[in-house]
Amino acid sequence: MADSPMAVEQHNPALQHHFADMEQQRQASSLGMWLFLATEIMFFGGMFCAYLIYRYWYYPEFAAGSNSLDITLGTVNTAVLICSSLTVVLAVHAAQLGKRQAQVIYLALTLVLGLAFLGVKGIEWTSKFKEHHIPGPSFHFEGAVPGHPDEPVDQRHAQIFFSLYFAMTGMHALHMVIGVGVFSYLLYYAWKGRYTPDYHTPLENSGLYWHFVDIIWIYLFPLLYLIDRKK
Amino acid sequence: MATAAITAERESYLNQEYGIKSWLLTTDHKRIALLYLLSITFFFFIGGFFALLIRLELLTPVGDLVQADTYNKLFTMHGQVMIFFFLIPSIPAVLGNFLVPLMIGARDLAFPRINLLSWYLYIIAGILMLHCMLTGGVDTGWTFYTPFSTAFSNTKVIEAGLAIFISGFSSILTGLNFVVTIHRMRAPGMTWDRLPLFIWAHYATSIIQLLGTPVVAVTLVLVVLERAFHLGIFDPTRGGDPLLFQHLFWFYSHPAVYIMILPSMGIVTEIVPCFTRKRIFGYKFVAMSSIGIAVLGFLVWAHHMFVAGISLYAALIFSMLSYLVAVPSAIKVFNWTATMYKGSITFATPMLYAFGFIGLFLMGGLTGLFLSALGIDVHVTDTYFVVAHFHYIMVGGAVMGYLGGMHFWWPKISGRMYPEALGKLAAIIVFLGFNLTFFPQFILGYLGMPRRYWQYPPEFQVLNVLSTAGATILAVGYLLPMVYFLWSMRYGKVAPANPWGASGLEWKTTSPPPTFNFERTPVVDWEAYDYEHIPAPQEVRVGG
Amino acid sequence: MFDTFPLWPARASTTAGSVDALYIFLVALSLLMSMAIFTMILIFAVRFRRRKGVEAEQIEGSTALELTWSIIPLGIFMVIFVWGAVIYFKERTPPRGATEVYVVAKQWMWKLQHEEGQREINELHVPVGRDVKMILTSQDVIHSFYVPAFRIKQDVLPGRYTTLWFHPTRPGTYHLFCAEYCGTQHSGMIGQVVVLEPAQYQAWLSGGGAAGSLASSGQTMFVQLGCSTCHRSDTQGRGPELVGLFGKRVQLEDGRTVVADENYIRESILTPGAKIVSGFKPIMPVFQGLVSEEQLNALVAYVKSLNRSPSGAAGGPVVVQTGTTPQEPKVQ
Repeated sequence: MADSPMAVEQHNPALQHHFADMEQQRQASSLGMWLFLATEIMFFGGMFCAYLIYRYWYYPEFAAGSNSLDITLGTVNTAVLICSSLTVVLAVHAAQLGKRQAQVIYLALTLVLGLAFLGVKGIEWTSKFKEHHIPGPSFHFEGAVPGHPDEPVDQRHAQIFFSLYFAMTGMHALHMVIGVGVFSYLLYYAWKGRYTPDYHTPLENSGLYWHFVDIIWIYLFPLLYLIDRKK
Repeated sequence: MATAAITAERESYLNQEYGIKSWLLTTDHKRIALLYLLSITFFFFIGGFFALLIRLELLTPVGDLVQADTYNKLFTMHGQVMIFFFLIPSIPAVLGNFLVPLMIGARDLAFPRINLLSWYLYIIAGILMLHCMLTGGVDTGWTFYTPFSTAFSNTKVIEAGLAIFISGFSSILTGLNFVVTIHRMRAPGMTWDRLPLFIWAHYATSIIQLLGTPVVAVTLVLVVLERAFHLGIFDPTRGGDPLLFQHLFWFYSHPAVYIMILPSMGIVTEIVPCFTRKRIFGYKFVAMSSIGIAVLGFLVWAHHMFVAGISLYAALIFSMLSYLVAVPSAIKVFNWTATMYKGSITFATPMLYAFGFIGLFLMGGLTGLFLSALGIDVHVTDTYFVVAHFHYIMVGGAVMGYLGGMHFWWPKISGRMYPEALGKLAAIIVFLGFNLTFFPQFILGYLGMPRRYWQYPPEFQVLNVLSTAGATILAVGYLLPMVYFLWSMRYGKVAPANPWGASGLEWKTTSPPPTFNFERTPVVDWEAYDYEHIPAPQEVRVGG
Repeated sequence: MFDTFPLWPARASTTAGSVDALYIFLVALSLLMSMAIFTMILIFAVRFRRRKGVEAEQIEGSTALELTWSIIPLGIFMVIFVWGAVIYFKERTPPRGATEVYVVAKQWMWKLQHEEGQREINELHVPVGRDVKMILTSQDVIHSFYVPAFRIKQDVLPGRYTTLWFHPTRPGTYHLFCAEYCGTQHSGMIGQVVVLEPAQYQAWLSGGGAAGSLASSGQTMFVQLGCSTCHRSDTQGRGPELVGLFGKRVQLEDGRTVVADENYIRESILTPGAKIVSGFKPIMPVFQGLVSEEQLNALVAYVKSLNRSPSGAAGGPVVVQTGTTPQEPKVQ
């Protein structure tokens, strides 16, 4: 096997010296990304686990807390994120076909949608701040036990709901911010025409990351907004 | 090529480039391994210094050397430094980094820049930890139990938590790199059943790093948030549950023990065949036992909590599962022993460390059976019995293996031989010093001396004095190799490519290896541990 | 010889003997196992050391051997598991009729109160030959109640009760340690357990200046805090009747049932909204932050005492046993 660095024919400039060929490099990056996502699942898994345990213990407060969230904004954000996943797929597809302009447009759209999501999240958090739903000394939640409008919920348990709400949506938003950074980088290099049908692994892997962040929200949205909602 | 003449000017990864920048910006896995070697050695001696102060304080029953608060900070930072800044990175980030690509015939790890990033993360975490220690330290115990850590301690919990959080990312990236490398970068012919068992051990270790570390990361984030913003998730006065913290913490921190011991087992599995000139007994079982330990290791965490207030039935299940994880460990010990049968055994320093490892790990493992037995655990948990047990595993086991590996591969890393007589002397000193330090602690623990005690009832003094005496001997044993390794870099005998007549691809390239490891990508057409076809080294060092 | 260089602490409870028996068995087993391995290694190391002209013999392995040395240890391990589990099961199951002592741990002292009302700090007097049940809670961080001579240990958690029990068999003074790291003076949070002969214990009890039993001070508070206006024993009040409650299964409004143990009563006083009894309105005020741990213990002891006295059901002032002979609680 003559695959010392110089012997490789048709050397792709993106091929790193320690890989035998582009296929090996692509597979390595892809496996690396999937493993990274596995660690991310464990990271969020810890919080999901805490959420489920406390929801079982403090059901009335979690139901009341959930009912107090703005379902319209939550739904809008879900739609925004799903659309952004679509634009990511379209951007990767455009790269596979070698369409630079389409790539740039779809990446830009993804960025806009990502920022829109963060903007809506910001609005939601601001209203939480105004309503004193931020855990801490000035925390106050006026919700009532579902089915008993005259019975106030336990403040401490409600505070745990909001602690988890902020921890989970905060961590998710942090991942979105990182995603926006990554996609700005991609947009710049897509503009420069770096991603070709032969080499677009960064685009693919960042896409995987974006879908992962999307999927986390797909779990957060029903858990936080929908599950305890009763008419 | 393996017999190529050694000349001083031959180009290697060490002399290909010079200058500080060529080291700090390197993406060569071998140079990064050396960067790690320097940094973990630094933290090892810091942690060791804390340990020595702890032992000196415990020389007398009354607290006279340091204040109670200082003592609490000492054992906390001893634990945090030794676990997160020495033991977890030790073998994977130094020997694993150096050897994984060499052993599978790759030019580098799959992601060289991420490898360098992981070292920088480690350094950032280390600096943060040092800053934390120098500006007041932290006194929660390395376990960060809530609500003490979140609401009561007035030390630098947030800083220490963040330092460990960052070092966790460094550990995750190393593990990720290894898994991808082992999957995708093997040389032609290097099939899964031809992999050295060191690689299998690192594969299992990396899986734990990937799946366990994120959980402790998010747990520490919640502790930090709770401390900073009064979240209340783990605070009982706000309706939170401190036991949830313990579950999340041990979900990582129990498997973390296997992050420390599995690579060490991998080293012993390389050393024993080499110095018995034999194929390892039961290759498949040894390989699968590593995976078995990694998987079962995730199912036993609550055995740290038998008296913490978990339900009776949870305790029964976790006790039984803990016994299951003992089986693959026992398999390894039996296979190492069986490998010696009808061998042709020599007793170089690495082999002495391997013997030491087997002995100490065996005792650590057997006392693990005590702790998994519910009735006994109630009495000895949180006493010196536990302290002795986990030091037998993590110092007796992991560090013995690490030192054995360092001696075994030092010729490959540095291109020089260490002084064999001094090596043997140090191995014996470490073994004796270790036993004198920690064996008395088993008895202390059964007598009922709780851990983390700054002062203790006078009837425990004799055993504590013995332990402290052992610690001073142990310190000598650990300093000695550092001195002669440094000495050998300049004055040691020049090492041939394969001084031990060992199998494995790493010995088929020169010592020290060139930057891209092999002149041409090797093609493997032999089985692992093919000692039948490898001549024993010409230069017999027996009895040296 | 064990007096000058002991290998285990004094055996002063019924548990101690059974724990030590398993311990000694495990020590013997470990010695056997390690001696077997070490002897094999030693024999191989001598017998198969390198000699000129003798080559190593390559052996692939043996599945039969591997299975043997997996299955036999597993069998032995299961024996140890069951043995350890049986001891643990006994340790965790307090016998009925045990004398109860309430413990409040705080940084860095143990505050104990006997059923009979005696208070102690860092010292516990118990009679030999009687079951003693400790009901523990912490008012700050996690502590752990550890008496090596009894071979028992239990973490003490803030915000809930944990329990442990023992049966002292030998008079003497034994160490009481805090075994869970709890801050600066963790190693100073020690005390002693004094096991007395029954007669001495009676003398000690009558010597203490206890102002009535724990349950009777609980009863006083029960009236002072206004609990008795709703939780009535003569007629159906606005709150559930408490006589005979302890140890019963309670049907909750949301369909669950819970056993009314110490933790349930504790929670129902502090945060009544958490578990509403079926058929009642959630009108009880929250007492979280209004009663101290000691007061809470007294209230819990009072509610438990309502099981023991048949007169409670007949209305009028509840008669509470203040004698030193504990009565068998009539648990359903």
